[in-house]
Amino acid sequence: MKMLSRILIAASALAMTTAMPALAKTFVYCSEASPEGFDPAPYTAGGTFDASAHPIYNRLVEFKKGTTEVEPGLAESWEVSADGLEYTFKLRQGVKWHSNEKFTPSRDFNADDVIFSYQRQASADHPWNQYIAGITYEYYNSMEMPSLIKDIVKVDDYTVKFVLTRPEAPFLANIAMPFASIVSAEYASVLEAAGTKEDLNNAPIGTGPFKFVAYQKDAVIRYAKNPDYWGPAPKIDDLVFAITPDAAVRLQKLKAGECQLMPYPAPADLAAIKEDPNLKVEEQAGLNVGYLAYNTTQAPFDNPKVRKALNMAMNKQAIIDAVFQGAGQVAKNPIPPTMWSYNDAIVDDVYDPVAAKAALEAEGVKDLSMKIWAMPVQRPYMPNARRAAELMQEDFAKVGVKVEIVSYEWGEYLDKSMEPGRDGAVILGWTGDNGDPDNFMGVLLSCASAGKGGANRAFWCNQEFSDLLSKAKQTSDVAERTKLYEQAQVIFKDQAPWATLDHSTQYVPMAKNVTGFVMSPLGDFTFDTVDLTE
Amino acid sequence: MIRFILSKLLYLVPTFLGITLIAFSFVRILPGDPVLLMAGERGISPERHAELSAQLGFDRPLWVQYFDFLGRLFHGDLGNSLVTKKPVMAEFLTLFPATVELGLVAILIATLIGVPVGVMAAIKRGSWFDQVSMTAALVGFSMPIFWWGLLLIIFFSGILGWTPVSGRISLMYFFPDVTGFMLIDSLISGQKGAFTSAISHLILPSVVLATIPLAVIARQTRSAMLEVMGEDYVRTARAKGMSPSRVIGVHALRNAMIPVITTIGLQIGVLMAGAILTETIFSWPGIGKWMIDSISRRDYPVVQSGLLLIAGLVMLVNLLVDLTYGLINPRIRHK
Repeated sequence: MKMLSRILIAASALAMTTAMPALAKTFVYCSEASPEGFDPAPYTAGGTFDASAHPIYNRLVEFKKGTTEVEPGLAESWEVSADGLEYTFKLRQGVKWHSNEKFTPSRDFNADDVIFSYQRQASADHPWNQYIAGITYEYYNSMEMPSLIKDIVKVDDYTVKFVLTRPEAPFLANIAMPFASIVSAEYASVLEAAGTKEDLNNAPIGTGPFKFVAYQKDAVIRYAKNPDYWGPAPKIDDLVFAITPDAAVRLQKLKAGECQLMPYPAPADLAAIKEDPNLKVEEQAGLNVGYLAYNTTQAPFDNPKVRKALNMAMNKQAIIDAVFQGAGQVAKNPIPPTMWSYNDAIVDDVYDPVAAKAALEAEGVKDLSMKIWAMPVQRPYMPNARRAAELMQEDFAKVGVKVEIVSYEWGEYLDKSMEPGRDGAVILGWTGDNGDPDNFMGVLLSCASAGKGGANRAFWCNQEFSDLLSKAKQTSDVAERTKLYEQAQVIFKDQAPWATLDHSTQYVPMAKNVTGFVMSPLGDFTFDTVDLTE
Repeated sequence: MIRFILSKLLYLVPTFLGITLIAFSFVRILPGDPVLLMAGERGISPERHAELSAQLGFDRPLWVQYFDFLGRLFHGDLGNSLVTKKPVMAEFLTLFPATVELGLVAILIATLIGVPVGVMAAIKRGSWFDQVSMTAALVGFSMPIFWWGLLLIIFFSGILGWTPVSGRISLMYFFPDVTGFMLIDSLISGQKGAFTSAISHLILPSVVLATIPLAVIARQTRSAMLEVMGEDYVRTARAKGMSPSRVIGVHALRNAMIPVITTIGLQIGVLMAGAILTETIFSWPGIGKWMIDSISRRDYPVVQSGLLLIAGLVMLVNLLVDLTYGLINPRIRHK
């Protein structure tokens, strides 16, 4: 009898464990990096936003899944005044805040939360500005919010008006970015009363599709489905991030079924992943560009014809093949082809060493020696800058240009490459923040960004080009803006401040039974639409 | 004995001060600036750079920063991470148990296998066992940890499916941290299978981490044993007709253990170095990986305080080793 009861207990325990997956659907994501924290405003890393802004929070406006188009988020609709200076947002009603053991919301999301979320970043005197000592709001600052937002007015509980200092077309795209996530003002006041302000960052409360459950530093983050989510309900019950920094180990975990999806596979593993019957790979062009920026203020690189000739001497396809192993494409414009206003009519400089040599001679350039700066780190737009520089060195040698390759520690590299008298051309790149063309061309090529503190590493200031960009920023008519940016790309190609190198391709390997995952051109990983089939 | 301990402790004070200086200067000698790294490709205006540097206190002369660091240290304040903005001490305490757990199991494996293998190799000097084990030790000592770890994962987890790939416990189990030691917490949790899962997750990383110390301990034990076995008192013991196991176990091994214990103590430092790679491969949330991440981000407070804590710990272990000598060899105690 005793034996029988033991068997029965064991059998029921077994039945319970096998029945468990049917009760709760758990999705495990082998994420790459640990989040810096769970308040998106003070941080800048994409991995942090994947763990905070995307699952836990919402913004007034959101990027439509799989695109860089802006769609309603916590704001149901908005109106822009004729002069482009006032944005009035109608807020969604009935949006519930998450709860945890310390906090049960007494009210729904409203205008106070919006004002709190922006004011804490805007004003150094705000009681929550320094809720953790030494905190800074780098995205709020670098997107020029302090000089752009003049005032935020609560019209009523569900209407908020942003007053700007100047018309700024990319404004909506900017506030769809993670730093503009809306946090709960009520939660903040509860934490303040309890004297545990830092819990805003450690035990986040949001309105997003998943509720935060727990974080074990550098190991695991757990989320649970938000049953009261205002948008389409997530299809999985539990979301788990298993933090796995090494790409080879991530792949082993994926193969062993310890997780269902992983970011950033090593290019060398792609062929094997594609052949694995249990896995599938989705791919998409990344929203980025890799480039070689000449110093256009120094002879002979101040001559566009010399720059053009060097561009012709460069076998870009060979560089892409060697450096990306197929996971990239040649760039001809300063913005990626997936971005609106990409000018596909532009013809790239053809690789022709003979013509390049003749062009250099025609400009009186003989026995030219130059430096090429190779980044010391891997970035999505440039996995191996040293190798790329070596290939350029070989190409340039064929047209009689001697190249010395230099490199510095990453922080120093970024700093020194912006010094005006810089000797040499710099390999660098950019990954888009919000899908607006101004976020590429304005940041990287305008006159305003050519000085110290900017990111225009060609120091290229073409008034005509910059005027086109300024004009495009002042109108919100997308057709009109497209035309202006297309024109700007023609000038860019003609003047050749850079050799445009590449746009990388992004790959996401996942288990065969994963459905509904949508790749983001911005490189975000979001899981509110994913599901697991049996 | 108390005087012996006190004199040892007194030595630690100048050493500790020296380490604060090294830890403080180490990150600052490295080129690169945390503010620039935070800004990335976007760049940062000189005004904003100055503003942030001032906010973080980096605009002050280095010696002022150093004494500020020391001053805070004596008040138990190790500063906040520049990246996570959280107190360094809190982060250390969260991650430290994982490293200790891994390190202890590794050193246990290395000692429990290394010492008997060394003894056997010494007794059977020149035999095939001696040859094979010492060649294996040489190979183990020269093993690149990263490659070795990945190889074991691919073989045991990927191909055979015997062990989990990485992490500390299956994601099925979820319980609060009580001690931070997964083996203990999984037992406390009372969840069925949790303890077994924690053990299975420990096997590969601890074997990888144990590889180099194991090789060193085995070789050291062998040579110490060979030396002792040539001593007069061993010959005398044999001549008295003592059984071989007693000669080796009581007379030879006890004396041979002194250099071996030193070696084991010194391996703690080696383990810390190995932990950096092992933790990265096995996604093990410990302080090795934490230090590496912080160095690459120039997270000054974490690197300087983290180094200090680790160095303090290694010092403590060495102190314990010194005290162990005293126990094993009374002559050292009385000197």
